[in-house]
Amino acid sequence: MKQIYLDNASTTRMRPEVLDAMLPYFTEQYGNPSSIYPLGQEASDAVAEARSSLAGCIGAQPREVFFTSGGSESDNWAIKGFARANVAKGRHIITSAVEHHAVLHTCAALEKEGFEVTYLPVDGDGLVSVEDFKAAIRSDTILASIMFANNEIGTIQSIAELASAAHEAGVVFHTDAVQAFGHEYINVEEMGIDMLSASAHKLYGPKGMGLLYVRKGVKLLNLIDGGQQERGRRATTENVSGIVGFAKAAQLAEAEREAVHGSQLALRDHAIERILREIPHAKLNGSWESRLANNVNFSFEFIEGEGMLLQLAARGICVSSGSACTSGSLDPSHVLLAIGLPHEIAHGSLRMTLGRDTTLEDVDFAIDSLKATLANLRSMSPLYEDFQKTGEGSIIAEMKAQGVPYVS
Amino acid sequence: MAMNYSEAVMDHFTNPRNVGEIENASGCGTVGNAVCGDIMRVYLDIDDDGIIQDAKFKTFGCGAAIATSSMATVLVKGKTVQQALEVTNKAVMEALDGLPPVKVHCSLLAEEAIHAALWDYAEKNGIMIEGLEKPVSDISEHDHGHDIDDEDED
Repeated sequence: MKQIYLDNASTTRMRPEVLDAMLPYFTEQYGNPSSIYPLGQEASDAVAEARSSLAGCIGAQPREVFFTSGGSESDNWAIKGFARANVAKGRHIITSAVEHHAVLHTCAALEKEGFEVTYLPVDGDGLVSVEDFKAAIRSDTILASIMFANNEIGTIQSIAELASAAHEAGVVFHTDAVQAFGHEYINVEEMGIDMLSASAHKLYGPKGMGLLYVRKGVKLLNLIDGGQQERGRRATTENVSGIVGFAKAAQLAEAEREAVHGSQLALRDHAIERILREIPHAKLNGSWESRLANNVNFSFEFIEGEGMLLQLAARGICVSSGSACTSGSLDPSHVLLAIGLPHEIAHGSLRMTLGRDTTLEDVDFAIDSLKATLANLRSMSPLYEDFQKTGEGSIIAEMKAQGVPYVS
Repeated sequence: MAMNYSEAVMDHFTNPRNVGEIENASGCGTVGNAVCGDIMRVYLDIDDDGIIQDAKFKTFGCGAAIATSSMATVLVKGKTVQQALEVTNKAVMEALDGLPPVKVHCSLLAEEAIHAALWDYAEKNGIMIEGLEKPVSDISEHDHGHDIDDEDED
């Protein structure tokens, strides 16, 4: 059966060009970059070239880019490393309620070390208010960490404004840009970003590969002590093939960014418009205007997400849900709850994230399948039965009456 | 999805038996709540000899919730009211070749839905069913831990 992969926010298929760039570093140029003979120096040169190339993608200097094992390590290092190095200046950190768990759980770990964390709420679109952000800054605030774009609902934050507000108060600004790097325009100088986390496998690169940008002068304690790799900031023999693959993936993404962004935006809006037009009791989650070009996230009333995913999987469609049942947890996604969704409709959410190979046919087949799946699951739902008999009990109908946008 | 469902669960989820309603049912029970993400409603048609002639269900919930409702209705059909009480969550799970640990509560909910429908039947007819206790309306409260935190990284 043909697989239609619409879960590119989860991970992406590695591009053949990336694989080709990586392969020699497994079997031919396998040297350790720390070694002084030519085999080692060639590997060292490849790492230096990749660092320079990746720095260029975000307007940074090569010395400000550190390689890590992925987005989660970068977030951990940025937040724990900064907090522990700057504890003499204060113990207060600001973040948002919709961050990835790599940020939220890192902050929770720091709370156990005696730091205080403010988790800013978001509005119905998932946006952090710049006014709320300013109001949360205290004299002992040392760090703010607000994600560039949300992994579930795709909402893009006002990063430049938030960073500017942080700097006015002398607060260092970190952003988890795992979903945005290589997809959205990012310039750390123009936007005032002091630290940035990114991951290779979200942009058709290898898994287990990330980076942390740290502005010159920002002090971090190490997470991984050992050898002198990464100028003594992060020990571990460099993942040379991964580093080379990351740089290749980012170069390709940068070269094609505007074209891919444009075509994905058209497909995304086609999907959103079709769902709103053809599927009743649906709500778009997240902002439509300030949104990643590949993200479609809806809640469908009267059904639970796992059944939807299983039925779509049976048709070869790979998507994800914020429902509790699909996560191994019993509560629905913290992001959907933070944008104010009641549990009942948070359970019925679906995320489709398009990729560079996604076609109009793929999207249309997925939506046709979704319609059939929802009709089937609703025919089994006691909630839908009650709604049909009484015309009452629809949360989405109430939202519509209250003027909530993008509901059907 | 890392949800290891048996073939029997997938079969009953994909082709659920006895979906629907029974008009003027002898007994109807609804358990669970939408906040927790599972609601099951069972309708029973019970004849004058106390034999369950028909059983139907509607379920809002995950694949396991739908499959356990389907299996529970299959197991009680043709049975006496007393025999239906022996259709425990364990019996439903065994008939489905097991459930992943995080889904065991679905089978409890299915048992409870059958009990709720039988309780409704008993109340309507002013009878006592030996061994049947008034079902709790919200089984989810005592079975959902809400403390498992094991979400996917993405």
